[in-house]
Amino acid sequence: MTDMTASLPVIPPGVTNLELLDARDGAFGVKGSGDTSGFGGLLDPRVMPGASQAPFGGWFDEVAEEIELSLADQGLPFASATEKVVVDRGEITFFVRREHLVAFARVLRDEPGLRFEMCSGVSGVHYPSDAGRELHAVYHFLSITHNRRIRVEVTTSDTDPHIPSIVAVYPTCDWHERETWDFFGIVFDGHPALTRIAMPDDWPGHPQRKDYPLGGIPVEYKGATIPPPDQRRSYN
Amino acid sequence: MSTDHVTYESATPGSADLGAHDAFAPGYDTTEGRIFNVSGGDWDTITAAPDGEKERIVVNMGPQHPSTHGVLRLILELDGETVTEARCGIGYLHTGIEKNMEFRSWVQGVTFVTRMDYLAPLFNEAAYCLAVEKLLGITDDIPERASTIRVMMMELNRVSSHLVALATGGMELGALSAMIYGFRDRELILDVFEMVTGLRMNNAYIRPGGVAQDLPDGAEEKIRDTVKLLRKRLKDTTNLLVDNSIWMGRTVGIGYLDLTGCMALGITGPVLRSTGLPHDLRKSQPYCGYENYDFEVVTETTCDVYGRFLIRVNEMEQSLRIVEQALDRLKPGPVMVADKKIAWPSKLSVGSDGQGNSAEHIREIMSESMEALIHHFKLVTEGFKVPPGQAYVAIESPRGELGCHVVSSGGTRPYRVHFRDPSFTNLQAVAAMGEGGQVADIIGAVASIDPVMGGVDR
Repeated sequence: MTDMTASLPVIPPGVTNLELLDARDGAFGVKGSGDTSGFGGLLDPRVMPGASQAPFGGWFDEVAEEIELSLADQGLPFASATEKVVVDRGEITFFVRREHLVAFARVLRDEPGLRFEMCSGVSGVHYPSDAGRELHAVYHFLSITHNRRIRVEVTTSDTDPHIPSIVAVYPTCDWHERETWDFFGIVFDGHPALTRIAMPDDWPGHPQRKDYPLGGIPVEYKGATIPPPDQRRSYN
Repeated sequence: MSTDHVTYESATPGSADLGAHDAFAPGYDTTEGRIFNVSGGDWDTITAAPDGEKERIVVNMGPQHPSTHGVLRLILELDGETVTEARCGIGYLHTGIEKNMEFRSWVQGVTFVTRMDYLAPLFNEAAYCLAVEKLLGITDDIPERASTIRVMMMELNRVSSHLVALATGGMELGALSAMIYGFRDRELILDVFEMVTGLRMNNAYIRPGGVAQDLPDGAEEKIRDTVKLLRKRLKDTTNLLVDNSIWMGRTVGIGYLDLTGCMALGITGPVLRSTGLPHDLRKSQPYCGYENYDFEVVTETTCDVYGRFLIRVNEMEQSLRIVEQALDRLKPGPVMVADKKIAWPSKLSVGSDGQGNSAEHIREIMSESMEALIHHFKLVTEGFKVPPGQAYVAIESPRGELGCHVVSSGGTRPYRVHFRDPSFTNLQAVAAMGEGGQVADIIGAVASIDPVMGGVDR
């Protein structure tokens, strides 16, 4: 991993601990022999900001401490409830283990020192290369009282895509969890009526997953054919 | 309003055979009892059918009903005129914008997001661009003039969006004059948009790093004149409704949702402010330099449709104040970030057809500098890379908290973009606002939420 990060093209400022997400090789989709451009030898590791250690700076420490104390009151050590904490670009993310998500959310809502009254909902991100933690559910919470915003991320695997529902704690997540189920196939256990919300009820698959094709047809214009967006030459 | 579903709960399923041969109401048996789908015909032949049976009438309003604010489908269970259960069916305008963006460059994403909440396109663009800028780490490098133009355009957009809210809301409750005047006044703002961005809607004007181009000559004067004219006309338009006894009869005490309900359901925007809580992200978490503007957060304490209407009326006045302050703050300067690896290389100028590339830029890349041509080509086809990570930016759209969650894996395309659209979240309140009330009041409640289905379904 270290020799990969050494040749990194882009490293977020202030981030030292990097987490390898993916490595792309080559360019323009060219693979193996036949490539005379030399671009085939490119190695482009994709790393996400890694875990941060306390102190996190600013009010982040107050929040983290408050959460730790409140969880301890319930006999739940902070280290077993959370996987890691990431501070990046002025935002704090708590990676919460899924079995403790509801307790965590309840603490966020009820503790006077936290008072995250408002949940901005949940959405998903699909990382097919993050083995065993392919599906991430991302929650954003806003405390109007303290004027703070935090992010909570919960990971689960493609083979066991279950995350407990927090609708009982934050009823606003009702439609958001349905949307995340619809698009990512994350099953929110305990949701009152987990049905598709945007796609038709009998739709096969979950469209926002990375293995789900975008779809589209080639478009012909004045004799030239333009392939659909997901089959065009890719620079990514 | 047409009734197209009537359900009878039959004590002995299948016992009622009336309607089985009715062309207008074919019946069939289910495990729930006998069901009639009604799409026309005489009501008496239907109601006479199941003697002594408990009947449930389920009415589908929409998705093509003129009073449901777009392609919203309301599924109402009725007891006479009283709504006993209200549910929303959405998804009729889902276009896969978030998925599509994963296959285009960061700049092209603007063209997609502007089409979500089509009454507030500049807010979608601003939320997305602020999130991309946060990922790029260039938030502080955005030129002041660009931020000022953004604020000015967003506030004009807020007025135009609120005008449509009043216009369509009025129309849905039968106040057709409000609709005519509301759309007439909105036209003034769309004219400004057309002059500045080239387009009336779907502007794609705010771009990562700044705005697409500077204000054209004469724009500032036109905006000043428009604000003056709007001030006068808004008073006339809103006087049609404020203190209008018919309007108040339809709105006061209707669609009640208190602070507790708003918090639980995550409601933001005018609906939340109608409970008396002065929550406005422009004040609490300023962006684009909103901390430098003098304006008030409008609140009401009535928690009802009328309060939300008054909030929109008064917010338009506050927005016009901000627009004037922004005009005063406009100083000459760049409107795009200085970093040439991010800033769009070409500049537009008005050609004979009304738009086009600047001749100066074309001359430079075509005959003077090979490097400039390569740079232009690379940036337009490939785009810029954004360092890996994620960011969430929330702004105060006319409808509430518009959040944009952007994930980058370090490439030239977004890895994932998710919008927390206020219409989507606020629509969840329909059941809380409307159940137990009259069918006609559901319309008022939905109009006061002012959902835009393009944003709800994305």
